[in-house]
Amino acid sequence: MPLPSTMIPIATTTLTTATATVTFSSIPQGYTDLVVVAHVKGGNAGGAEVYLLQFNGDTGSNYSRTELYGNGSSASSTRASNNTSGRAGRISGSGSSEYVINTLNIMNYSNTTTYKTWLIRENEALSWTAADVGLWRSTAAITSIALFSNSGYNTAIGSTMTLYGIKAA
Amino acid sequence: MANMIPISTVTIGSGGAASIGFIGIPQIYTDLILKISLREATTNNGVAKLKFNGSASGYSARLLWGNGGSVGSSTNYTGSGTYYGADGTSNGSGNTANSFANAEYYIPNYTSSNNKSISLDGVAETNATAIFMGLSAGLWSNTGPITSIELTEFAGGNFSQHSTATLYGIRKY
Repeated sequence: MPLPSTMIPIATTTLTTATATVTFSSIPQGYTDLVVVAHVKGGNAGGAEVYLLQFNGDTGSNYSRTELYGNGSSASSTRASNNTSGRAGRISGSGSSEYVINTLNIMNYSNTTTYKTWLIRENEALSWTAADVGLWRSTAAITSIALFSNSGYNTAIGSTMTLYGIKAA
Repeated sequence: MANMIPISTVTIGSGGAASIGFIGIPQIYTDLILKISLREATTNNGVAKLKFNGSASGYSARLLWGNGGSVGSSTNYTGSGTYYGADGTSNGSGNTANSFANAEYYIPNYTSSNNKSISLDGVAETNATAIFMGLSAGLWSNTGPITSIELTEFAGGNFSQHSTATLYGIRKY
């Protein structure tokens, strides 16, 4: 999805050591939406895996997602409910020559009335492209975002994660 | 501070043009965004080809597309990895008059010594059945910094008048 032109960088990380979890904490509440761009490679020698997130440290079964994806030969859709973490995209395996681009648009993150929805574009050119929607069933304002791989492998050196705030007009 | 900085815009004039190029791309940003609005003068393929640094090799992709009647997924169009493109990046002369395809390329870490990744979203709506929208993941297996970008029409023809392309640099700080 097109990135908005009013993005203000809040925080960015370029990994110089392999790291299991990257967390954006104390997120300012002065924006309307958030964008996360994660360009990531993982540590799983077995190949690519799912890249995950948790908001505000919530490990409850409060996350769901629906996905439309293509693998180069067919297109399909899948979904999952009541997960203990949300989807942030994909992360390539340690043997891959590719860092995967995941772009997350998190809407209306600071409101305390509604559940939180985010859109994902995941781009792993050697095997996969997808568009997803995620839902966090919480009315709390998002104050932190933790990013990590599904199997607990480290995220590799050279991976970058950037958090942007979107200013309303 | 606004972080999306316009680097250059190209607007095709009367008579069309065979290519759109951005050369001497500044190396002072972290990411690039290329927004295009294209129509082809001679064909109806709906795909613009992209090259980095004049290179004709090292490209691969996974495409996810829909045309109003079906969905599908495929790899690079030529199967030989000689360019990178996706449905919905250029309308053709056979499409509804005055309709242009629009697309956005996101290219993170374009100055890094890693292979270069591309995220592409493209749409080509024509008020007719000849439409496409495509999502695409791209990879250019080259560790050099991206210093130039060239767009060409699928079959070697011209882009039409009023086609535009704008390159932006993204600052993270």
